[in-house]
Amino acid sequence: MAWKEVRSALPAGNYYYSGNEAAAEGAIAAGCRYYAGYPITPSSEIMEWIAVRFREVGGVFIQMEDEIASLSSVIGASWAGAKAMTATSGPGFSLMQEGIGYAAMTETPIVIVDIQRAGPATGQATRVGGGDIMQAKWGSQGDYPVIAISPWSVQEMYDQTINAFNLAERYRVPVILLAEQAVGHLRERMNVVEKIAIFNRRKEKGAAPFGAGDDGVPPMPAFGEGEKLLVTGSSHDDYGLRKVADPLVQARLTARLHNKIVNNREEIIQHEDYYAEDADVIVIAYGFTARSSLFAVEAMRREGKRVGMIRLKTIWPFADSLIRDVGSRAKKIFVPEMNRGQVAGEVMKYTCCDIIPYNQTDGEVIHPNTIMGELRRLL
Amino acid sequence: MAGDMEEYLRPGVRTPFCPGCADRILVRLILRAIAELKIDIDRMLFVSGIGCAAWIPSPHFNADTLHTLHGRAIAFATGAKLFNPELITMVVSGDGDLAAIGGNHLIHAARRNTDLTVICVNNMVYGMTGGQVSPATPMGIFTSTTVEGNRERPFDLCKLVAAAGAEYVARYSVSQPDTLVSSIKRGLETPGFSFIEVISPCHIQFGRRNRLDTAAETLRFFAGKCLMKDEAEGLSPEELRDKIITGEFSNGRNQAD
Repeated sequence: MAWKEVRSALPAGNYYYSGNEAAAEGAIAAGCRYYAGYPITPSSEIMEWIAVRFREVGGVFIQMEDEIASLSSVIGASWAGAKAMTATSGPGFSLMQEGIGYAAMTETPIVIVDIQRAGPATGQATRVGGGDIMQAKWGSQGDYPVIAISPWSVQEMYDQTINAFNLAERYRVPVILLAEQAVGHLRERMNVVEKIAIFNRRKEKGAAPFGAGDDGVPPMPAFGEGEKLLVTGSSHDDYGLRKVADPLVQARLTARLHNKIVNNREEIIQHEDYYAEDADVIVIAYGFTARSSLFAVEAMRREGKRVGMIRLKTIWPFADSLIRDVGSRAKKIFVPEMNRGQVAGEVMKYTCCDIIPYNQTDGEVIHPNTIMGELRRLL
Repeated sequence: MAGDMEEYLRPGVRTPFCPGCADRILVRLILRAIAELKIDIDRMLFVSGIGCAAWIPSPHFNADTLHTLHGRAIAFATGAKLFNPELITMVVSGDGDLAAIGGNHLIHAARRNTDLTVICVNNMVYGMTGGQVSPATPMGIFTSTTVEGNRERPFDLCKLVAAAGAEYVARYSVSQPDTLVSSIKRGLETPGFSFIEVISPCHIQFGRRNRLDTAAETLRFFAGKCLMKDEAEGLSPEELRDKIITGEFSNGRNQAD
């Protein structure tokens, strides 16, 4: 395996960082040494932090002419051997969709941090939103795999950015850190440990770079290693040769791309349970909303109410078996979101339990009192 | 193909180009430039976009090739080159890919003077998709989307890229093979952004809609329009109408002043 333990880039200890700064530091700790970006609120601090820190750690930073170019150059750098990243927000994330599909098809490890703001369109650039959930999975044409993670704290902006790189390298897949403006601009204590585990892409001289490895993830060489690589977003065989009208090649490739993530979902999907064992009403929450939800659930537990919470740390692939299990135990599932019910719809796919969405799209975070009020009505 | 160039071709690959396609000539001329410079092709990275010209390096060239999204070849190449400056990076794509959908990346890479050699294969039409008008189609030309003749002015791509700050800018036709090979060599040897526009006519999508029935006729039609830069000097705008001026328009001195 290509796991190894490395020293953290920052000295161990506590830091008082914003979520955006933490994501930049997490990337550096994970070994990211190529960053291309384009200014956009509320994610720009990530790029500004990288611009300073890459001078110290020896990375390549470039501000590109738009988000399309940013992601394109990140993919190019990844094939040149880099751990590479970009960060953006809604409008830029929209422009990146074609490139995300290309990265998925060419099995290019890349990390995109999307600091979600209130949409649609330009929306409210400085206000919070959580409306990019479905776009992260379905934004580009065709079926393709991605992994999307929803951090809820500054600590997780750091830890989960490291995790995002590990997953990208491990599965050769685009990984999206689907954070919200409220977490990106949150400032709180973050702890850096002395050593972290990182995964570096597997290499195997002469091996088919698009063939099925043992677990569906082929090794990945880099340009300049004499492998005479053929990389293309068109349908291709195990060696990257275009086969644009062969039904068998197309069927095998699209199935493997899907299965390499779905068959490994136990290893990928993370979640946390809070008081969910004996709860009648379970809140399913993620990102910043999970902070408000936990506050509400704990307050109501003190009143003796049987409420609990499941926090989804991984959004894609979706925690289908977890939801099936929760749905068989709970009387009601409450899903508060800063969108019009994007995760609630997914929850409904996997359980027949009574599901109550709560949708707030006013550019504000959902207050714990709001959640408490809703839960009281459900009990 | 000459003996020492055969190893530059990927074994077992059948060319997708139509019989008589000028891009076939260009396959050979690019490889000739690389062979004459004695570049180890394993040190090279070829990046292309979408369209007929993008197939020149991929899959023909037996080297690292990155066949990217439509219009984005230069942006992909920028990432690879900046992260590994040892890669001798060449972009090969068409006029629609580089100048229409990818026009923004083209001028910004020229402005940054990124160390890339860009071969813009200009057939003045969208060949692969059926012969639609491109930003390089001359006025009056019939295409599948300009049925009464093109009424829009084309880009002078060399002027555009030179003005944006490119180190080396040239235009030649496949009908000027030796000068073109020298120019590609100059481009590869020039540190900074090199842009070579190659007139590479398409007799299928361009020719047959404009009363040029064969590949040879189409080639001759364009060859007849090409003037070397010094031949063009002193000619009136009237005499230069419809002419294609070939030569070097910026050769390393662009940045000096």
